[in-house]
Amino acid sequence: MNRVNVSIDRLRQLAHRAEHRPARIPADERSCPRCESHYSAEEMRRNFRVCPACGHHFPAGAHDRLDQLAGPGGWTELWPGLRAADPLGFYDLKAYSDRAQDAEAQTGLGEAIVCAELEVRGRPAVAAIMDFAFMGGSMGAVVGEKLARACDHAAGRALPLLIVTASGGARMQEGVLALMQMAKSVIALDGLAEAGQPVIVVLAHPTTGGVWASFASLGDVIYAEPGALIAFSGPRVIEQTTREKLAPDFGKAELQLHNGQVDAVVDRREMPERIARVLGILHRPQRQQPPGAPGPVQWAQEGAGRAARAAQSIPGLSRRLVDRIRPGHDGDGS
Amino acid sequence: MEIPRPQTGGRFVRRIADRLAGAPENASRVWEGIQLARHQERPYTLDYIARLCTDFEELHGDRLFGDDPALVCGIGRYHDEPVAIIGQQKGRDTHERTYRNFGMPSPEGYRKAMRVMALAERLEIPLVTLIDTPGAFPGAGAEQRGQGSAISHSIRTMSRLRVPTVAVIIGEGSSGGALAIGVADRVLMLENATYSVISPEGAAAILWRDAGKARLAAAAFRPTAANCYRWGVVDAVVPEPKGGAHRDPDEAARLVDGYLTRALRELRALPSGERRRLRAERFRRLGPFREIPPDAAALAAGRGEPTSARSDLPNA
Repeated sequence: MNRVNVSIDRLRQLAHRAEHRPARIPADERSCPRCESHYSAEEMRRNFRVCPACGHHFPAGAHDRLDQLAGPGGWTELWPGLRAADPLGFYDLKAYSDRAQDAEAQTGLGEAIVCAELEVRGRPAVAAIMDFAFMGGSMGAVVGEKLARACDHAAGRALPLLIVTASGGARMQEGVLALMQMAKSVIALDGLAEAGQPVIVVLAHPTTGGVWASFASLGDVIYAEPGALIAFSGPRVIEQTTREKLAPDFGKAELQLHNGQVDAVVDRREMPERIARVLGILHRPQRQQPPGAPGPVQWAQEGAGRAARAAQSIPGLSRRLVDRIRPGHDGDGS
Repeated sequence: MEIPRPQTGGRFVRRIADRLAGAPENASRVWEGIQLARHQERPYTLDYIARLCTDFEELHGDRLFGDDPALVCGIGRYHDEPVAIIGQQKGRDTHERTYRNFGMPSPEGYRKAMRVMALAERLEIPLVTLIDTPGAFPGAGAEQRGQGSAISHSIRTMSRLRVPTVAVIIGEGSSGGALAIGVADRVLMLENATYSVISPEGAAAILWRDAGKARLAAAAFRPTAANCYRWGVVDAVVPEPKGGAHRDPDEAARLVDGYLTRALRELRALPSGERRRLRAERFRRLGPFREIPPDAAALAAGRGEPTSARSDLPNA
């Protein structure tokens, strides 16, 4: 006979919850999916959209993140006028152009990424912040172009670049041209690397697909928010294609730290501090060479001179030994 | 919508593409093309290598973790010159398909590829890549070993090369798994090959929530050679024998050979630093967008006036 083990307490709890759960959560409140605590919008905003009870990280918008990093209004947006084109005339369940316009109306964002010049705790930087709310943070031509411009801008002003990712990957509605943005962003980041400026990447939930497999995994320092899904193939794709059973913590930030894919898992509330610290460590004041200090060529010449003098000072017998050992012998005694 | 025309490839390589671009295009035609690109008798990477190179030595292992049979890497003799070759390899029978993992590379495959790219750079030999993959392998093990960073680093390594690089899409080119070895000076594409951000099945599962809608997805993506040429993603379309490359693999290889030699000859004529710069420019140009004045942008995003109601301007 089959027996079902359900404790009475658990049933009571479920019944209680069903009775007391509001039919629809009011817009000014948020309930935590992990611990079910409720918060007002104001509380959420004050805590940077992190649950004060259990530390669950709610999705955060690009503007909120900029406000947190630089202080409200402490940033200037760059290239707000870039908008998606529709090169394929794409239509799935809805036309792409309509989808993009709806996303703009709903989110107040022109695209899935916001670029800005800002100071994080007094450290100037260029920021490129993705927003999942705009079409799943997907990377199309505008995201690629804004990233490329941000890299050029940072290189030109000798500023570090700060990237926050939250994206499902390449924007399917732009087809193969969205795929090309992976190459475009990687090449742009490389240009900044050549200019000698660091790139700090913060991976928010989720960072998957073509975004993780391009610029997001190329940061000099890579931080992840707790619980963020970080993967090239998301769990659904893997389960559908290979029928592989996945562990519940698959692709989570904490596991990716263990896998060696990120440098640290950092709580959003401490993020500005951590970023400012790295920027501080890597900050290079414009050093002036003190007059009379030897340049690199001089150093090399002096070194060669010392080596020559040292060789001369070896007594006759030792020098003969040195000469005999040197040619062709590598010390293996073969 | 103005789509930039590729400025490379010369007039004769554009001719076939112009003919194809004019061809009528409908869902069933696109779908037929995809079936051809996936035809199991279609020549694969090793079939082309055997016909193009007089001598070929396959190199194995990434020197870090293992070897990946889904991505074939090696050095070969091509028109009496050394050349480095990288390409995804599919299998024909069940056993070989499993061994080659259906042409889906793992991180160690891309790390092996990077090793061969570095070899090509150091010995100053050109690099040819042959693209034929449904995508990089999706699996927990691949994720653990860094599939994402393997692909991004492969893109970066390839984009930095100073030697001539040519990529040829010979069958299916899907997702980052294809692009990881596709950042070349010249990208050629076979007439019936496909190049897309995702496989039609994958797109259907995500956008239509029904993998059975692959035909619909294919029609929406239009991942054909003619379109890729029109969008500037590929520089030339290589014609196939009548009925598809699988009808006459020797002839298919001969046609690829002609385009490949020409591309390599053009590239060899450039100074090495120039190749890298032009390659960066080439990829930078891809992907059209619009730019609206900042004031209008602020208004459209509902930030023109302080706390202005967005509902006033739904789609400005």
